[in-house]
Amino acid sequence: MTPDVATIEKEKQQNTNGARPEGAQSGETKELTGAEIFVRTLEDVGVDTVFGYPGGAVLPIYDHLYQKSGFTHYLIRHEQGGTHAADGYARATGKPGVVLVTSGPGGTNTVTGIATANMDSVPMVVFTGQVPSGMIGNDAFQEADIIGITRPITKHSYLVKDVNELETVIHEAFHIANSGRPGPVVVDLPKDMVKTTGTYRGSGKVKIPGYKPVTRGHHSQIAKAAKMLSEAERPLIYAGGGVNLGDAASELTELVEKTNIPITTTLMGLGGFPETRSQSLGMLGMHGTWYANMAITECDVLLAVGARFDDRVTGRLDGFSQKSKKIHIDIDPSCISKNVEVEVPIVGNVKEVLPELTRMADAPQIDNWWSTINQWKEEHPLKVPYSEDEITPQYMIEKISEVTRGEALMVADVGQHQMWLAQHYKFNHPRSMLSSGGLGTMGYGFPAAMGAAIGKPDRTVFCVTGDGGFQMTAFELATAVQYKVPVKVAILNNGWLGMVRQWQELFYEERYAHTHLESSNPDFVKLAESYGAAGFRAKTPAEMEEVLEKAMEINDRPVIMDFHVTKDENCYPMVPAGAALDEMVEGEE
Amino acid sequence: MEQTAVETSTKKHTISVYVKNNFNALSRIVGLFSGRGFDIDSISFGQGQEPGMARITITTHGDEQIIEQITKQLHKVVDVLKVQDLTYDAFVERELALIKVNAPKASRSEIMQIVNVFRAKIIDISPESMTVEATGSQDKVNAALGMLKQFGIVEVARTGSVALKREFHGQT
Repeated sequence: MTPDVATIEKEKQQNTNGARPEGAQSGETKELTGAEIFVRTLEDVGVDTVFGYPGGAVLPIYDHLYQKSGFTHYLIRHEQGGTHAADGYARATGKPGVVLVTSGPGGTNTVTGIATANMDSVPMVVFTGQVPSGMIGNDAFQEADIIGITRPITKHSYLVKDVNELETVIHEAFHIANSGRPGPVVVDLPKDMVKTTGTYRGSGKVKIPGYKPVTRGHHSQIAKAAKMLSEAERPLIYAGGGVNLGDAASELTELVEKTNIPITTTLMGLGGFPETRSQSLGMLGMHGTWYANMAITECDVLLAVGARFDDRVTGRLDGFSQKSKKIHIDIDPSCISKNVEVEVPIVGNVKEVLPELTRMADAPQIDNWWSTINQWKEEHPLKVPYSEDEITPQYMIEKISEVTRGEALMVADVGQHQMWLAQHYKFNHPRSMLSSGGLGTMGYGFPAAMGAAIGKPDRTVFCVTGDGGFQMTAFELATAVQYKVPVKVAILNNGWLGMVRQWQELFYEERYAHTHLESSNPDFVKLAESYGAAGFRAKTPAEMEEVLEKAMEINDRPVIMDFHVTKDENCYPMVPAGAALDEMVEGEE
Repeated sequence: MEQTAVETSTKKHTISVYVKNNFNALSRIVGLFSGRGFDIDSISFGQGQEPGMARITITTHGDEQIIEQITKQLHKVVDVLKVQDLTYDAFVERELALIKVNAPKASRSEIMQIVNVFRAKIIDISPESMTVEATGSQDKVNAALGMLKQFGIVEVARTGSVALKREFHGQT
């Protein structure tokens, strides 16, 4: 057994920080209906926002909500929209997203959103109604084995079998969703469990014997890592989503400030380090910058922080950072040495490990390394094509970055626009770039942006989406209009499923099978207006600037900006699938 | 298992998992094997020493990296309290097989001799057949089965292995 597994085993037994210290401490014991216990307990765990959709199995809860509730319920228009909204809310605020849906189709419609949250470690609790306990297994109306269906895409799940357990189950669900490596938890509620009465104790104690995530890193491993970094000639930091999830951006910045080590982030790590600082190399990976990918190929010590060596980051594994010794900090031990063998594993919370590492590490002598990197930066910068007649997508992102001064909370859908946003927006704050990185869920962007805007009403929230992705969940416009959520949606409208089209052009000899959308696209301006949202269209850079200005003025409803952009623009640099990172294609001139 | 070039780097592992006996726990454990493409050679599940707990013994194979992933992933299951890869320790392991074998009068005494050699037991008998209870390591059970094969095996039911770490570390 490798040392870290043994360490975890020991830590698991010693660590007793599992119990949630907060929670209701009123100590009152009362007989309440399951629905009342449900609502009271959600209030106890500090839930103020629920995304939901009523139905037969959860009617007792909705009936209770009609009379009274201490949180705001947002009626989403489809359960997928609800899970993405809860996901956006969670990523933006750091608090778990909460979803309430009915049995059967209510539950199955949440699957894509749960899988998305699971892949990106987003804390979420999904309450699904279930047919009454006595009818489970009888193929009753609107019955689905949601525990079974969601088992591989949840961190944990519960079927409530006794109304007296409901309160404890809810406390445990939130504790599990929000601690260690966060993730989605499903709680299945048979109808009789919310109808009948049971005991409400008002106690928030959580004790789960098998669940004690390790948060403190191993001291001597950290010391070893510090020594390796201090003695490195070509060190590099590669930061992932764990920095955002673990709220460790300032700790990471301090390490970089002290050591002056160059840093590249993954898609999920964007915002974890201010990109306006000189040490930033931007994003790495399939559509990463030339210099970040060269730096990771050439470095001699690689410090991975809260990153999981995803294949979109590493490219071909046997060509990945071959010259480096690797250090990996991660809260999830199973992420360490899963894809890439590392020399120094550190299991722990990045927020706790980084300050210790910073204290022990000295600045290495890396002037030569920096001059190499700066030369790469100069010779291979990201390109922003410009034309007066056409909006180029890269220019569009630059303009949005400029108009929002890099301060907006950006939510990407999935596709070319997602990569252009990642490349060209200057992210300076954590939790400011939300994107479905792991599952690559088209349709994620708009509802997630809505959830983020509900969670962060004081921030400007932009959704950058494509004409394809937006149509997958455009119906949530109704929700955003109903609750006056001022999401600004920039549609990069090129009439294509752009990223698929790019692959067809480059790898399938331009056989554009079923990727052309232009002839069937709706009039997005009219679509917006029909829902009661604001809609604008722009076809030239000048029009675009005007539209962006108008959009910034509107704060009481969603704004749809239909930006007609260059149709056949491709996203470069690109590492073809199955190639190594230094085999990037820079694209045509 | 046939020895091939690929399998030289893989090794048989016996992993003991102590879990909360939640209705979902076994499915989660089996699901993580199937979902991640790990192999289960045998699995046994039974009540643990405390009420509401269960012990699962899994035998699997793979190279070091795969086994490390398996143990780490098992640790992540919320209902799992303890994971022990017994392969690195001395451990005791038993498998049980019920073997129904053709046993006309003429072969009965020979079967009984074989059963004695393997310290197995005859637990049922009919004019045409006998049912043998054999316990031991997988090899021993295989050997018993091999010896009984000649009489014609009617049916076999085998458990996966169950295992515990050995506490006495004297001469074995």
